[in-house]
Amino acid sequence: MATQVFKLPESLRENTRYSFCPGCDHGVAVRLVAEVLDELGIRENTILAASIGCSVTIYDFLNIDAIEAPHGRAMAEATGVKRARPDKFVFTYQGDGDFASIGLAESLNAALRGENISAICINNTTYGMTGGQLGPTTLVGQVTTTSPTGRNIEYYGYPIKIAEHIALCDGTAFSARVSLDTVANIKKAKQAIKKAFEVQIKGLGLGFVEILSTCPTNWKMTPDEAHERVRNEMMKTFVPGIYKDVTAD
Amino acid sequence: MATECITNKKVLTKGNYAIAQAAVLAGCECYFGYPITPQSEIGEFMSGKMQELNRGYVSAESELAAINMVIGACSTGAKAMTSSSSCAVSLMQEGLSYATSDQLPVVLVSVMRGGPGLGNIYPSQGDYFQATKGGGNGDYKLIVLAPSTVQECVDLTYKAFYLAHKYRNPTVLLADGLLGQMMEPVEFKEYPYPEIDNSGWALTGAKGRSGRVIRSYAPLAEDQCVFLEKLYQKYKTIEENETEWEEIGTEDADIILVSFGSTSRNVKTAVKMCREKGIKAGILRPITLYPFPNNRLKELACIAKKFIVVEVNMGQMVNDVRLAVNGKVPVELIHKPVGAPPAPEEILDKIEELI
Repeated sequence: MATQVFKLPESLRENTRYSFCPGCDHGVAVRLVAEVLDELGIRENTILAASIGCSVTIYDFLNIDAIEAPHGRAMAEATGVKRARPDKFVFTYQGDGDFASIGLAESLNAALRGENISAICINNTTYGMTGGQLGPTTLVGQVTTTSPTGRNIEYYGYPIKIAEHIALCDGTAFSARVSLDTVANIKKAKQAIKKAFEVQIKGLGLGFVEILSTCPTNWKMTPDEAHERVRNEMMKTFVPGIYKDVTAD
Repeated sequence: MATECITNKKVLTKGNYAIAQAAVLAGCECYFGYPITPQSEIGEFMSGKMQELNRGYVSAESELAAINMVIGACSTGAKAMTSSSSCAVSLMQEGLSYATSDQLPVVLVSVMRGGPGLGNIYPSQGDYFQATKGGGNGDYKLIVLAPSTVQECVDLTYKAFYLAHKYRNPTVLLADGLLGQMMEPVEFKEYPYPEIDNSGWALTGAKGRSGRVIRSYAPLAEDQCVFLEKLYQKYKTIEENETEWEEIGTEDADIILVSFGSTSRNVKTAVKMCREKGIKAGILRPITLYPFPNNRLKELACIAKKFIVVEVNMGQMVNDVRLAVNGKVPVELIHKPVGAPPAPEEILDKIEELI
């Protein structure tokens, strides 16, 4: 008898046109979210606040109810959804520019209020959809279309360490940074997403996961080279780990 | 301080409290706001009342956040609102544009103050354009209701929730600092409108169905064309069914004054004074600024010899009146840039100068 060991999660729509670039980690991240929604059995009770950028298309993949927030406002919209319907599971899926630049006020204030929602932030050190400009997480020295000679701190200032900032907020229940560069790290990422969702279900406050991700198109790298960069460059500034977990002993 | 919510009993209350109480009685489930004079009493009242009633309230970090919290709440079919003024309503324009595209029943109370920029906290009608033409991107309309008394602040707040949900379109209650701060006796009747079924579109979690997406992103031009045609069909229906105005003495008028909001009260007195002097004057007061009573103004242009618009700004609604009468009769303007409306005697003097 054959046993099915791999299938499309129920939380993913069938036959969706795949819109991410080859080698982009968004695809893996979206699948992990779908698997966690399935495992927690919350697909039919979930409302997503989507964002602007490559991450917006998550609502084409996930078979759940969703509202699309203007750029940077997903945490505010998620707050509105949750305050109106506290019994629903509510989460955002945003890029680093959305979450930590244009939406930094909304993100930090939601964490400070201890909004009982979850947030996933894809950090790929650039504005992907608009063609690879300097963003809030662009690494020092990194060349982008708006830092043609590389990010120097005298001119551009420093990148933000998102997971650490969110962890500092008293209303945050869980904050972690993960990556998708190896199978082991993908497993860890899934655990972190699950934890960030579970703290909301338990009513403990904001659950947050920053996911280090690739952007091979704008980095002008192959998918393998891009994952090398995540390991060798990104992780030096953006150190993976759990920065806050109120459920830990 | 805020009084209790009382129905069917006359109470003396401030315009801002009247609006807040009416919103509560209309069944507003969530309020999100950021302080700004001259409307801060609305948020102050709501902070206590919503908690007491176990409804949603957030002191938002900004007006950007406030309008988007309203959008989030409305996406679930909830009755939700925010309130603000002028320079701060400017910050909500992006959200309002999204909310029209998302077809969400957002209710915004806009209590006008002096502008542009920070301006001042005197009454003003300088945000007629902001409300009726929109500062957000793309083709859209907001339903705009303009009260002229504190009682109307109550009645039109009820109506704002009803129309917003009936048409799934953001609706603005456009008051001004004078109405917000003045006290008048008002009656809080029960919410008179039917509840609108939102089960066909609201986000509830995809129980037993596939996921619903409320979105404005339309990467293909064809899709955007289809959507906008549909949206404007809706606006046509709104224009046909919801245009509301008040008329006094227009049936035989040579001069028709057009004025909205608190200013219209002094214009009504000026019209009376005109009649006493033998000047055949009448007034048309638009209650809905969008939809605007274009057709009625066009009809009246066949009767009257002259239109005079009175407003507290540099002349905004006068443009819409000119468009409505389309050159048939001259349209003059009596205006004051900012502050309390011109006194009836002052309006009368200017009318006499103009005729």
